[in-house]
Amino acid sequence: MAKLDQGPINYKDMLPPIIAENYGQWQYHEIPRPGLLKHVAESGAELYSVRVGSPRLVSLDFVREICDIADTFCDGYLRFTSRNNVEFLVSDPTKVEPLIAELEAKGFPVGGTGAALGNIVHTQGWVHCHTPATDASGVVKAVMDDLFEYFGSMKLPSKLRVGLACCLNMCGAAHCSDLAIVGVHRTVPRINHEKIRKGTEIPSLVASCPTGAIRPDPKNKSVIVHEEKCMYCGNCYTMAPGMEIMDAKNDGCAILVGGKVSNARTNPSFSRMVIPFLPNNPPRWPEVTAAVRNIVETWIVNGRKGERLGEWIERIGWEKFFTLTGIPFSDKLIDDYIFSRETFRTSATFKY
Amino acid sequence: MTEKKTPQMDELENGKWPSFVTEIKKAAVKNPAAEELLQLLEKSYEDKIGHWKHGGIVGVRGYGGGVIGRYTDVPEEFPHLAEFHTMRLSAPSAWFYNTKTLRRICDIWEKHGSGLTNFHGSTGDIIMLGMNTEHIQPAFDDFSEAGIDLGGSGSCLRSPSCCVGPARCQNACYDTLEACYNITNEYQDELHRPMWPYKFKFKFSGCANDCTASIARSDCSVIGTWRDSIIIDQEAVKQYAAEGMNIQERVCDKCPTRALKFNHDTKELAVIAEDCSRCMHCINVMPKAVKPGKEKGATILLGGKSTIVQSAFMSWVIVPFMKMENEDDYAEFKDMMARIWEWWDENGKTRERIGETVYRLGMGRFLREVGLPPVPQMVFRPRANPYVFWQKDEIIE
Ligand code: HEM
Ligand code: SF4
Ligand code: SF4
Ligand code: SF4
Ligand code: SF4
Repeated sequence: MAKLDQGPINYKDMLPPIIAENYGQWQYHEIPRPGLLKHVAESGAELYSVRVGSPRLVSLDFVREICDIADTFCDGYLRFTSRNNVEFLVSDPTKVEPLIAELEAKGFPVGGTGAALGNIVHTQGWVHCHTPATDASGVVKAVMDDLFEYFGSMKLPSKLRVGLACCLNMCGAAHCSDLAIVGVHRTVPRINHEKIRKGTEIPSLVASCPTGAIRPDPKNKSVIVHEEKCMYCGNCYTMAPGMEIMDAKNDGCAILVGGKVSNARTNPSFSRMVIPFLPNNPPRWPEVTAAVRNIVETWIVNGRKGERLGEWIERIGWEKFFTLTGIPFSDKLIDDYIFSRETFRTSATFKY
Repeated sequence: MTEKKTPQMDELENGKWPSFVTEIKKAAVKNPAAEELLQLLEKSYEDKIGHWKHGGIVGVRGYGGGVIGRYTDVPEEFPHLAEFHTMRLSAPSAWFYNTKTLRRICDIWEKHGSGLTNFHGSTGDIIMLGMNTEHIQPAFDDFSEAGIDLGGSGSCLRSPSCCVGPARCQNACYDTLEACYNITNEYQDELHRPMWPYKFKFKFSGCANDCTASIARSDCSVIGTWRDSIIIDQEAVKQYAAEGMNIQERVCDKCPTRALKFNHDTKELAVIAEDCSRCMHCINVMPKAVKPGKEKGATILLGGKSTIVQSAFMSWVIVPFMKMENEDDYAEFKDMMARIWEWWDENGKTRERIGETVYRLGMGRFLREVGLPPVPQMVFRPRANPYVFWQKDEIIE
């Protein structure tokens, strides 16, 4: 009989000795080179962490390969970061260079520290989810290939956190990233009355719609959608498989920028939509990669040292952001969902 | 099996970033479901839509969640994907591993699943990607035998996660790993048996840098802070200055509260302690010279979530400062959570995150009913309208 409720793996069994010995005693850290962190403890102990990007969706061969590397260089310990990187923890400084050489030889990109592009936090997409408006891993691969130089170097004005969510459920917290790619639908759900009748609880379905677009249709034992109220969020589809919302011709990606979660200097902020729609053009999503590159490069040229993407935009003003990037402004970028009012300008202090 | 062409997938093996397609192909050598997954994805790239249906109920004995049912909508074409469920495994605090444990996970998953996995999912679980129904219970039994438990799915507590904290970060204001471990263990029932209006997430970050994005991604964010003044090491300040750092520009001018003064003659940094809002900026730029204060604890925030349904919320401050050092402090935290969950259970609608419930019924009512004292730290600024809900006991009969 399997044991129930034994809880998470005990982290205490997972800590490398150098960490167990200096737990809570770290003094400071440095970044000797991109992808390498050096932490120094009160005891004088030095810990080196080599950070490498991973595609997040990995095979067991990959896991075993990083285990082999950790056995050789790190006494059998490693960790993962909240952005799906792998970190090799080395207590012997003479092993750092050989480890980096080995990682580079095996094709693991070393980087993601300091003023760099981090690994893109993303969701499942067409690989394994039921509501996506775009793929996840493929778009991320295309964007990371295109911006590869910024992962392994630290030449951005500040760190760049990119998130991708393949639908508005936003499993990947794209809503507070410096730059977010979000899968969006653009057409109302097509009702499959047969499926609705078969097993959908109508009141829950009606209640699931944030805009009140869904009305019960008792005569049909189904529902009606008021098209002019629907904002294609897909919430009803999550409640009821009969509300089919995927649309090959009209699904695509939106781009949002300027969010952050850290409190440093400026408050945490939401990302703001600057491009409402770009088409899905697999396998390389050229429109998306070009749009992302344009924004990142405009920030590199105009941002000040230490300034996050959103801090740069707030300083120069959003109106200037659209001028500098050449992104067209349209009514789609003016909020007409709830809480919209607080985004309308109520001062005469703008720029051109 | 006949060799099927996957030109778009093959294209995604080019380029310098590690390719998930290469990973799927590695798994495909040993596993026919992984091979079909690659072909299914190629089909999605041609059709520009996903080919996965809603999950039915699948699970293990004794639990209500932890496994997410997944079925393809084209099972005739891809029989190995007719059932392709996800199993969530509860990861260790801050995602530290020894290779023995990782290899054990690999062996079990090779036996029962597709050989594909996510390290980690967005919430922080290890995601075992793709297994058929009959393997669910045996896989769980094997994982359980190895000391590895399921994570959460459905309307339950989702697996909490935390930043690297005191294990390797000088900024940590409380022990995020221990708090996460202790609190997760306390709530195993809430985690494994969904019985709430909707999901609930905790994330623990050791300081306001918030490396787990808790403020954006968790219903309850526990963010480390301090109550006294930052600690400045003047010798280290002088060293930064000697090394050529422009302290005035990079540190003082960017302090949001203008709390820092740099004396260009003595090369000393001074802080007006009561002006500092503990944003972490100066500490990030000069980690050797500036440290959090001594009186450490955590700020508790509630209500964070992403867009669906009532738009995205960032968590709101509900307790500006709470000690987070020992079992008694955790007990105080858990006591507060009990009141909050009871209130949400009573008042929340189906599929309504707690932030939405609080927003719909009013923060004032929430605070009164869960017994949290209102303080100015809860608002950026007070309300601008006079539409107040006065309570019976405040009115003269
Ligand atoms: C017979 C009834 C009322 C009359 C004749 C009246 C007249 C006025 C006038 C002449 C103004 C100045 C407009 C200006 O700034 O050019 C004004 C402003 C205003 N009134 Fe009324 N009003 C009446 C009822 C109300 C009521 C019932 C409300 C609110 C419930 C109200 C709310 C306001 C507000 C908010 C302003 C604007 C003040 C400002 O912009 O600073 N009024 N009213
Ligand atoms: S963001 Fe949407 S489509 Fe993507 S994994 Fe989450 S629920 Fe699925
Ligand atoms: S897609 Fe969203 S807005 Fe449209 S009907 Fe469904 S729930 Fe309502
Ligand atoms: S949140 Fe703060 S304490 Fe935690 S890892 Fe990040 S910087 Fe360190
Ligand atoms: S922590 Fe932030 S607010 Fe406080 S002194 Fe440093 S920069 Fe200023």
